[in-house]
Amino acid sequence: MGLVDRGRMPAPLTKLFNMGRSYSMWVYQWGLACCAIEMGAAFGSPRYDVMRLGVIPLPASPRQADLVVVSGTVTDKMAPAVKRLYEQMPEPKYVISMGSCANCGGPYWDSYSVTKGVDQIIPVDVYVPGCPPRPEALLEGIVLLQQRIKNEDMAAKWRNEEFTTLQKTAALEKAKSQPAPEPIVVGGGPIE
Amino acid sequence: MTVLNERQQLSYIAAQAADARLNVELETEGMTLNIGPQHPATHGTLRIIARLDGEQVVWAEPVAGYMHRGYEKLTEVRTFPQVTALINRIDWLGSFANEVPFILAAEQLMEIEAPPRAQYIRTILFELSRIANVSLFLGDLGVQMGAITPVFMAFRDREYVLNLIEGATGGRFHPNFDRIGGLKDDLPKGWIAETKQVMKKLRTFCDEIEDLLFGNEIFQSRTRGVGIIPADVAKSYGMTGANLRASGVDWDLRRDQKNAMVWDQADFKVWTHPDGDSWARCWIRLQETREATKIVDQLIDNIPAGPVMTKVPRIIKVPAGEAWVSTENPLGEMGYYVVSKGDLGPFRVKIRSASFNNISITPWVLKGVYVPDIITILASLYFILGDIDR
Repeated sequence: MGLVDRGRMPAPLTKLFNMGRSYSMWVYQWGLACCAIEMGAAFGSPRYDVMRLGVIPLPASPRQADLVVVSGTVTDKMAPAVKRLYEQMPEPKYVISMGSCANCGGPYWDSYSVTKGVDQIIPVDVYVPGCPPRPEALLEGIVLLQQRIKNEDMAAKWRNEEFTTLQKTAALEKAKSQPAPEPIVVGGGPIE
Repeated sequence: MTVLNERQQLSYIAAQAADARLNVELETEGMTLNIGPQHPATHGTLRIIARLDGEQVVWAEPVAGYMHRGYEKLTEVRTFPQVTALINRIDWLGSFANEVPFILAAEQLMEIEAPPRAQYIRTILFELSRIANVSLFLGDLGVQMGAITPVFMAFRDREYVLNLIEGATGGRFHPNFDRIGGLKDDLPKGWIAETKQVMKKLRTFCDEIEDLLFGNEIFQSRTRGVGIIPADVAKSYGMTGANLRASGVDWDLRRDQKNAMVWDQADFKVWTHPDGDSWARCWIRLQETREATKIVDQLIDNIPAGPVMTKVPRIIKVPAGEAWVSTENPLGEMGYYVVSKGDLGPFRVKIRSASFNNISITPWVLKGVYVPDIITILASLYFILGDIDR
């Protein structure tokens, strides 16, 4: 893991790590409103068994979780608690915003007490639309997040950079190794 | 009486002094326990501040408002049909039941009444949403006491009811099906036969839960005699619904009140329990689920033919006036006080929701209980955060 600490890791090893990470996610259920019931149906019911996707839905605290599903209306009174919860989670951490309320305010877009989107407080990886979304939609969101994790450049995350995919990093390195092509300027001569 | 010599007296005094010192050293300090705002037992975001002395609660106070979404203010800037979509989300487990009192109030102001077929279908959907609500309570009850299995069974059988509601209304959770003057649509084909089958499954589910949970010795010892609420206290705090009936008060708006619904066409028993403890509240809800399946079974055979919608203008303007309508919702009495000034939307809507009053008894009932019993009592009081904070 020393390679990761220095912010460099070979791509095949990253892929291996990513596969392991994407199929062993501990989800913290931050159920706030109506969506919490649909989230409960997705995570706790035999019909939409979420464990087959490699997701473990019952950590005892956010300190053990890799992924948090913010489901439901975030009010201004609740927002500091949501922020604190996110800060308690260990890196690398991911957020799924479930339902219209958490995405953008939903039916309470003109309410005085509702935070219009949880992404004002914490960074969100996957948005699941719907009011409330069906459990299948949440499962789809989890699958999309797993794809995102599989392609993630872990070293960049470790360097506290923005989300980059492995492909993007490879393209950047390829561009670096080749000499930059001469800029073609119409009319000849460099621009002053 | 033994006479103590001087030496014995001195040793007695020394022992007393040592005891006093020991008592000072062992004197316990109070502790403030903060339950929530995110805690699995609080069904969302209720926060309870409890002052503890050892293992006993000295003082407890609920802090509401973490889910306040401002419904009463939002209704003032919506039109009457739009309000229905909003108030679905107050009690999110039994959504259809939220729409009915508001629609009835609007109909009362407009002096129209839904056709009989619509009234029957309304009542059936109302009872289905009660089943969807209370069946989750029955499953959740086990989780609060460490039994994981009932919640899986509850989610399994709740899906059948949600499928029915989705089949009839198109919405799994928030139907938004009720219109001023009737319903949006008629029932789909084959719905009635399916409903009858599902009601049979639900009755089996109730039997299973009764065997698994209510017959469980641990469950009984955790709930019997815990959190007793006498009838007069329950009434003075404004408790309604199953919580009030569990205290022995025979009170049910479905039976006692006459409005444009057809509960009087069905024969059902209003269960009461004299004990008023946590067990009684849970047991009453179990019996209510059974009664609801029976009501659905009785009504579904007698749905009259005819339209599901009366003639209403395309743009609904409700005449000026005031109306108060309340119904017996899954959580208790839910009512709307609608004030209209003759505009497209209501001038003011006061929402009376059951959970707010049911939860306001917590400072009284939690005084002196042990910490694990807090969770049991909260679970048996059964509140929904959207219903408390609105």
